[in-house]
Amino acid sequence: MVEKAAKINNQQSNLSLPYIKTGRHYLEGSEACIEGALLAGMKVYAGYPITPASEIMEHASRRLPQFGGRFIQMEDEISAVCTLVGASWAGAKAMTATSSPGFSLMQETISFSIMTETPLVIVDVQRPGPGQGYITTSQEDVMQARYGHHGEGPIIALAPSSVQDMFNLTIEAFNLSEKWRTPVLIMTEETVAHLREQLIVPDLNTIEITKRKKPQDLEIPPEAYLPYGHDLVPPMANFGEGYNINHVGLVHSEDGNVSNYSLKVHLENIERLHQKIEKNVNEISRIEFQFLDDCDHLLVCYGSVARTSLEAVKELRSMHGIKIGFIRLVTLWPFPEEKLRSLISKVKSVFVPEMNMGMIKHPITEALRDRCDQVISMPEIGALHSPEKLIEQIVKRASC
Amino acid sequence: MKIDRLEIRIAGFGGQGVVTMGRVLGVAFTIHEGINSVNTHSYGPESRGGSCRSEVVVSQGEIHYPSVRKADILVALSQVALNMYHQDLKADGILLIDPNSVKDVPDDHVCYEVPAMAIASSIGDVKYQNSVVLGALAALLKSKIKKESLRLAVSKNVPPGTIESNLAAFEQGWTHIMKADMIIAKCDKG
Repeated sequence: MVEKAAKINNQQSNLSLPYIKTGRHYLEGSEACIEGALLAGMKVYAGYPITPASEIMEHASRRLPQFGGRFIQMEDEISAVCTLVGASWAGAKAMTATSSPGFSLMQETISFSIMTETPLVIVDVQRPGPGQGYITTSQEDVMQARYGHHGEGPIIALAPSSVQDMFNLTIEAFNLSEKWRTPVLIMTEETVAHLREQLIVPDLNTIEITKRKKPQDLEIPPEAYLPYGHDLVPPMANFGEGYNINHVGLVHSEDGNVSNYSLKVHLENIERLHQKIEKNVNEISRIEFQFLDDCDHLLVCYGSVARTSLEAVKELRSMHGIKIGFIRLVTLWPFPEEKLRSLISKVKSVFVPEMNMGMIKHPITEALRDRCDQVISMPEIGALHSPEKLIEQIVKRASC
Repeated sequence: MKIDRLEIRIAGFGGQGVVTMGRVLGVAFTIHEGINSVNTHSYGPESRGGSCRSEVVVSQGEIHYPSVRKADILVALSQVALNMYHQDLKADGILLIDPNSVKDVPDDHVCYEVPAMAIASSIGDVKYQNSVVLGALAALLKSKIKKESLRLAVSKNVPPGTIESNLAAFEQGWTHIMKADMIIAKCDKG
């Protein structure tokens, strides 16, 4: 169910609320993220500050009360994400932001949110690790996003590369979260969160907002309601609406009952959680690409590294005569393997620059196993690659 | 005014208004002139005294790589900053320094001097030094951006109650460089 942002605002008689104005702005990625969240209908922000994610929290603390929302500074990241779960069950759209060490603390509740099919949005402004690491930029949590939480839980994770993306993808994160009843991660980086550039806010009538599917909309009466049944993505009632809701993190049947455990119940439970995300990977995921028609080589990237990479690819083509294509993964998880394969028939080398020692390189290698001679990881730690560094390495490797 | 890619790097210590300068420049180009710009900054954990850098990349086209590759203008407000970034200035790049905090300047680039801290003190507070520098930059960038656009961006991005002093600082920075330019022009002729 999709509605326009302007219409939702109208229904709530909130047209007088100070939404960001249509047109050109000059904002930091962190600010754009919160402005997008407010348009998506965020009503609760619970968080714990950490560099370099604190600006998101600060901006939420200034802006959310102006919308009648609740901003809470919690005692730690664990309680922050638990607060989102409660808010979401009460029917409020909720988000938090943290940076890598805090993201580790949230893993248990991310797993719980997947199992209880609780929509919420978490922003990870990645910084280098391990440990407290440092406060600069990083992409070192992209595997943790998928595999950090315990159990077989699929996740949706997006990777913004500009201030405009921080705005657009935050709205998209809320929409995906509501549509698929699942936590959604925005895996951003210090680079994008602290970057200032223009943000163009479109007419509110053009921004689509996904509404949570509720049993009332499907005319399911309380006595027939199954909190984990009815559909691949179950309709979700709020607490306090007369529906019996049994939210449980244990393996459960459609009615939320944990006492009738069997292997069949178990398999059905986990299979559905998987299918709703993995079977819909083509609908959920997005890829951007350029220069694929004639390419001998390929560069695959995501996040802010896409900016350096596109600059390098353009120079490699124009100044070095190297026919190299460009692919940016907007969605990291579920990994868009089929889409990636459909774009590439055969290339010599696939270059994968990342601000880690080589992580998304692995699913890329698996996806393009028969479509290239070699996959070359191009690590950088603690900073964006310089275009010079990418160009030099690619010239060297592409000509051998 | 056609700008392919203009790269400005401002470096100094925390507390000199380095981050604010970058933001004001970005707002001036993008909001008041409608030209793309990207502003990045980096600073240490200290709120004052640590080294601090702000960069603005301006282009009529899309800006992919958000940081400076080879600076067209380097504003160095400390000797450390000059030493660190001097080698990344283009051969025909311009250097802008505060002569009271930067003493040792290599003579391989055109170098403008503006005693920003001294001018700011005379106006009433060293905090206005970044507006002095922005005035100086407005003069150096006069073929790229209207003075009024930068002036407007300064007035909209400083705390209320300090607008008048900041604009006075801006004007003095502008005048200082315009006078210096006249001297250089005379030298060139004669």
